[in-house]
Amino acid sequence: MTLTVTEEEVEMKVSELVEKFGLKVFSGESGLENEISGGYVSDLLSDVMGNSQEGQVWITLQTHQNVMAIASLKELAAVILVKGFEPEEDTTERSNEEGIPVLGTDKATFEMAGNLYITLT
Amino acid sequence: MKLEFDIASGDFSKAGRASSRIKKMLKQLQVDPKVIKRIVVAIYEAEVNVVAHSVGGKMLAEIDGTGIRVIVQDNGPGIEDIEKAMQEGYSTASKAVRNMGFGAGMGLPNINRNTDEFTIESELGVGTVLTFRNNF
Repeated sequence: MTLTVTEEEVEMKVSELVEKFGLKVFSGESGLENEISGGYVSDLLSDVMGNSQEGQVWITLQTHQNVMAIASLKELAAVILVKGFEPEEDTTERSNEEGIPVLGTDKATFEMAGNLYITLT
Repeated sequence: MKLEFDIASGDFSKAGRASSRIKKMLKQLQVDPKVIKRIVVAIYEAEVNVVAHSVGGKMLAEIDGTGIRVIVQDNGPGIEDIEKAMQEGYSTASKAVRNMGFGAGMGLPNINRNTDEFTIESELGVGTVLTFRNNF
Protein backbone atom coordinates (compact mmCIF):
# COMPACT_ATOMS: atom_id res chain seq x y z
CA MET A 1 0.00 0.00 0.00
CA THR A 2 1.40 3.39 -0.89
CA LEU A 3 0.24 6.95 -0.53
CA THR A 4 2.21 9.89 -1.82
CA VAL A 5 1.76 13.56 -1.09
CA THR A 6 3.71 15.84 -3.38
CA GLU A 7 1.84 19.11 -2.95
CA GLU A 8 4.26 21.74 -1.75
CA GLU A 9 1.87 24.57 -1.02
CA VAL A 10 1.88 24.14 2.75
CA GLU A 11 5.26 24.51 4.38
CA MET A 12 5.69 22.70 7.62
CA LYS A 13 8.48 21.66 9.91
CA VAL A 14 8.73 18.31 11.68
CA SER A 15 8.40 20.08 15.05
CA GLU A 16 5.05 21.55 14.00
CA LEU A 17 3.83 18.10 13.03
CA VAL A 18 4.93 16.74 16.42
CA GLU A 19 2.98 19.45 18.19
CA LYS A 20 -0.12 19.22 16.02
CA PHE A 21 -0.55 15.47 16.46
CA GLY A 22 1.08 14.96 19.86
CA LEU A 23 3.71 12.65 18.41
CA LYS A 24 6.35 11.01 20.59
CA VAL A 25 9.91 12.03 19.74
CA PHE A 26 12.07 8.95 20.21
CA SER A 27 15.30 10.32 18.74
CA GLY A 28 16.94 12.60 16.19
CA GLU A 29 15.91 15.84 17.94
CA SER A 30 18.47 17.81 15.92
CA GLY A 31 16.30 17.23 12.85
CA LEU A 32 13.07 18.65 14.30
CA GLU A 33 13.46 21.76 12.18
CA ASN A 34 13.60 19.69 8.96
CA GLU A 35 11.17 20.98 6.34
CA ILE A 36 8.49 18.54 5.20
CA SER A 37 7.90 18.25 1.45
CA GLY A 38 5.25 15.51 1.63
CA GLY A 39 4.61 12.02 2.90
CA TYR A 40 5.17 8.42 1.92
CA VAL A 41 3.54 5.32 3.37
CA SER A 42 4.95 1.83 2.92
CA ASP A 43 6.37 -1.07 4.91
CA LEU A 44 8.28 -2.46 1.95
CA LEU A 45 11.79 -1.07 2.14
CA SER A 46 12.57 -1.32 -1.57
CA ASP A 47 9.36 0.53 -2.35
CA VAL A 48 10.46 3.41 -0.14
CA MET A 49 13.97 3.20 -1.59
CA GLY A 50 12.64 3.36 -5.13
CA ASN A 51 9.79 5.83 -4.76
CA SER A 52 10.07 8.17 -1.79
CA GLN A 53 11.31 11.72 -2.33
CA GLU A 54 13.64 13.97 -0.37
CA GLY A 55 11.96 15.78 2.52
CA GLN A 56 9.02 13.39 2.85
CA VAL A 57 7.80 12.00 6.16
CA TRP A 58 7.76 8.19 6.06
CA ILE A 59 4.97 6.41 7.93
CA THR A 60 5.74 2.75 8.69
CA LEU A 61 5.56 -0.06 11.24
CA GLN A 62 9.12 -1.25 10.58
CA THR A 63 11.33 -0.48 13.59
CA HIS A 64 14.79 -1.85 12.72
CA GLN A 65 17.79 0.23 11.78
CA ASN A 66 17.56 -0.33 8.03
CA VAL A 67 14.68 2.14 8.22
CA MET A 68 17.26 4.78 9.15
CA ALA A 69 19.68 3.65 6.44
CA ILE A 70 16.94 4.32 3.91
CA ALA A 71 15.75 7.55 5.54
CA SER A 72 19.33 8.81 5.44
CA LEU A 73 20.08 7.76 1.86
CA LYS A 74 16.80 9.28 0.66
CA GLU A 75 17.17 12.37 2.90
CA LEU A 76 13.69 12.02 4.37
CA ALA A 77 12.47 14.61 6.90
CA ALA A 78 11.33 12.16 9.59
CA VAL A 79 9.95 8.68 10.25
CA ILE A 80 6.65 8.07 12.06
CA LEU A 81 6.13 4.66 13.68
CA VAL A 82 2.45 3.77 13.99
CA LYS A 83 0.32 1.74 16.42
CA GLY A 84 2.59 2.36 19.39
CA PHE A 85 5.61 0.63 17.86
CA GLU A 86 8.95 1.69 19.31
CA PRO A 87 12.29 1.88 17.50
CA GLU A 88 15.04 -0.62 18.24
CA GLU A 89 18.07 0.75 20.04
CA ASP A 90 20.36 0.86 17.00
CA THR A 91 17.58 2.64 15.10
CA THR A 92 17.54 5.51 17.61
CA GLU A 93 21.35 5.64 17.59
CA ARG A 94 21.38 5.98 13.82
CA SER A 95 18.55 8.51 13.97
CA ASN A 96 20.57 10.67 16.36
CA GLU A 97 23.68 10.41 14.18
CA GLU A 98 21.77 11.38 11.05
CA GLY A 99 19.57 14.06 12.58
CA ILE A 100 16.43 12.43 11.20
CA PRO A 101 13.74 12.21 13.91
CA VAL A 102 11.97 8.95 14.70
CA LEU A 103 8.48 9.82 15.92
CA GLY A 104 5.68 7.68 17.29
CA THR A 105 1.91 7.60 17.40
CA ASP A 106 -0.69 5.19 18.80
CA LYS A 107 -2.81 5.79 15.70
CA ALA A 108 -2.97 3.21 12.91
CA THR A 109 -1.39 3.96 9.55
CA PHE A 110 -4.67 4.88 7.85
CA GLU A 111 -5.54 7.54 10.38
CA MET A 112 -2.03 8.98 10.65
CA ALA A 113 -1.60 9.13 6.88
CA GLY A 114 -5.02 10.76 6.51
CA ASN A 115 -4.16 13.42 9.05
CA LEU A 116 -0.82 14.11 7.39
CA TYR A 117 -2.43 14.30 3.96
CA ILE A 118 -5.04 16.80 5.10
CA THR A 119 -2.42 18.88 6.87
CA LEU A 120 -0.09 19.08 3.88
CA THR A 121 -2.58 19.72 1.11
CA MET B 1 39.46 6.48 -6.96
CA LYS B 2 38.60 2.98 -5.76
CA LEU B 3 36.57 1.89 -2.74
CA GLU B 4 36.17 -1.71 -1.67
CA PHE B 5 33.72 -3.17 0.83
CA ASP B 6 33.25 -6.67 2.20
CA ILE B 7 29.60 -7.62 2.59
CA ALA B 8 28.78 -10.38 5.08
CA SER B 9 25.88 -12.76 4.61
CA GLY B 10 22.91 -12.20 6.92
CA ASP B 11 24.23 -9.06 8.60
CA PHE B 12 21.45 -6.58 7.89
CA SER B 13 22.85 -4.12 10.41
CA LYS B 14 25.72 -3.42 7.99
CA ALA B 15 23.54 -3.09 4.89
CA GLY B 16 23.75 0.55 3.85
CA ARG B 17 27.36 1.00 4.93
CA ALA B 18 28.79 1.03 1.40
CA SER B 19 25.99 3.19 -0.05
CA SER B 20 26.34 5.66 2.81
CA ARG B 21 30.14 5.94 2.39
CA ILE B 22 29.92 6.30 -1.38
CA LYS B 23 27.17 8.92 -1.05
CA LYS B 24 29.38 11.02 1.26
CA MET B 25 32.28 10.66 -1.16
CA LEU B 26 30.20 11.76 -4.17
CA LYS B 27 28.86 14.73 -2.22
CA GLN B 28 32.40 15.81 -1.40
CA LEU B 29 33.25 15.53 -5.08
CA GLN B 30 30.25 17.81 -5.76
CA VAL B 31 28.61 15.34 -8.11
CA ASP B 32 25.13 16.37 -9.32
CA PRO B 33 22.62 15.45 -6.55
CA LYS B 34 20.35 13.82 -9.15
CA VAL B 35 23.14 11.41 -10.08
CA ILE B 36 23.86 10.68 -6.41
CA LYS B 37 20.19 10.00 -5.64
CA ARG B 38 19.98 7.34 -8.36
CA ILE B 39 23.25 5.55 -7.73
CA VAL B 40 22.71 5.21 -3.96
CA VAL B 41 19.42 3.41 -4.58
CA ALA B 42 21.24 0.90 -6.79
CA ILE B 43 24.14 0.45 -4.37
CA TYR B 44 21.86 -0.03 -1.35
CA GLU B 45 19.75 -2.63 -3.16
CA ALA B 46 22.88 -4.48 -4.28
CA GLU B 47 24.18 -4.53 -0.70
CA VAL B 48 20.90 -5.88 0.63
CA ASN B 49 20.86 -8.58 -2.06
CA VAL B 50 24.29 -9.85 -1.03
CA VAL B 51 23.26 -9.84 2.66
CA ALA B 52 19.88 -11.48 2.07
CA HIS B 53 20.62 -13.99 -0.67
CA SER B 54 24.32 -14.88 -0.83
CA VAL B 55 26.94 -16.51 1.34
CA GLY B 56 28.82 -13.20 1.28
CA GLY B 57 30.68 -11.06 -1.21
CA LYS B 58 32.27 -7.74 -1.92
CA MET B 59 31.66 -4.46 -3.68
CA LEU B 60 34.11 -2.42 -5.65
CA ALA B 61 33.31 1.16 -6.63
CA GLU B 62 35.44 3.09 -9.11
CA ILE B 63 34.94 6.81 -9.45
CA ASP B 64 36.58 9.03 -12.05
CA GLY B 65 35.75 12.32 -13.77
CA THR B 66 33.16 10.74 -16.04
CA GLY B 67 31.13 8.58 -13.69
CA ILE B 68 30.94 5.78 -11.15
CA ARG B 69 31.19 2.07 -11.89
CA VAL B 70 30.20 -0.49 -9.27
CA ILE B 71 30.99 -4.20 -9.33
CA VAL B 72 29.23 -6.43 -6.82
CA GLN B 73 30.45 -9.99 -6.61
CA ASP B 74 29.23 -12.73 -4.30
CA ASN B 75 30.42 -16.27 -3.67
CA GLY B 76 27.18 -18.09 -4.34
CA PRO B 77 24.78 -19.73 -4.49
CA GLY B 78 23.97 -18.04 -7.81
CA ILE B 79 20.61 -17.19 -9.36
CA GLU B 80 18.67 -20.00 -10.97
CA ASP B 81 16.57 -17.88 -13.31
CA ILE B 82 17.84 -14.34 -13.93
CA GLU B 83 14.86 -13.43 -16.09
CA LYS B 84 12.48 -14.23 -13.24
CA ALA B 85 14.70 -12.47 -10.70
CA MET B 86 14.53 -9.31 -12.80
CA GLN B 87 10.71 -9.34 -12.73
CA GLU B 88 9.13 -6.87 -10.35
CA GLY B 89 7.49 -8.73 -7.46
CA TYR B 90 9.44 -11.99 -7.84
CA SER B 91 11.51 -12.89 -4.80
CA THR B 92 13.10 -15.95 -3.21
CA ALA B 93 13.61 -14.19 0.13
CA SER B 94 12.87 -16.08 3.37
CA LYS B 95 9.88 -15.26 5.54
CA ALA B 96 12.12 -13.68 8.19
CA VAL B 97 13.65 -11.39 5.59
CA ARG B 98 10.22 -10.49 4.22
CA ASN B 99 8.96 -9.64 7.69
CA MET B 100 11.66 -6.97 7.89
CA GLY B 101 10.18 -5.38 4.78
CA PHE B 102 12.77 -6.77 2.39
CA GLY B 103 12.08 -9.36 -0.29
CA ALA B 104 9.40 -7.42 -2.15
CA GLY B 105 10.95 -8.41 -5.45
CA MET B 106 11.90 -4.84 -6.23
CA GLY B 107 15.65 -4.90 -5.63
CA LEU B 108 16.97 -5.79 -9.09
CA PRO B 109 14.29 -3.71 -10.88
CA ASN B 110 15.29 -0.74 -8.68
CA ILE B 111 18.92 -1.24 -9.69
CA ASN B 112 17.98 -1.48 -13.36
CA ARG B 113 15.86 1.66 -13.18
CA ASN B 114 18.44 3.76 -11.35
CA THR B 115 21.53 3.01 -13.43
CA ASP B 116 22.71 4.02 -16.91
CA GLU B 117 24.33 0.64 -17.63
CA PHE B 118 23.58 -2.62 -15.84
CA THR B 119 24.65 -6.20 -16.42
CA ILE B 120 24.06 -9.27 -14.29
CA GLU B 121 25.79 -12.61 -14.67
CA SER B 122 25.22 -15.61 -12.48
CA GLU B 123 26.32 -19.21 -12.30
CA LEU B 124 24.69 -21.72 -9.98
CA GLY B 125 27.10 -22.95 -7.34
CA VAL B 126 29.60 -20.22 -8.21
CA GLY B 127 28.06 -16.81 -7.66
CA THR B 128 26.61 -13.63 -9.10
CA VAL B 129 28.32 -10.56 -10.52
CA LEU B 130 26.50 -7.26 -10.97
CA THR B 131 28.17 -4.42 -12.86
CA PHE B 132 26.52 -1.06 -13.13
CA ARG B 133 27.51 2.46 -14.05
CA ASN B 134 26.12 5.96 -13.85
CA ASN B 135 27.59 8.83 -15.83
CA PHE B 136 28.22 12.23 -14.22
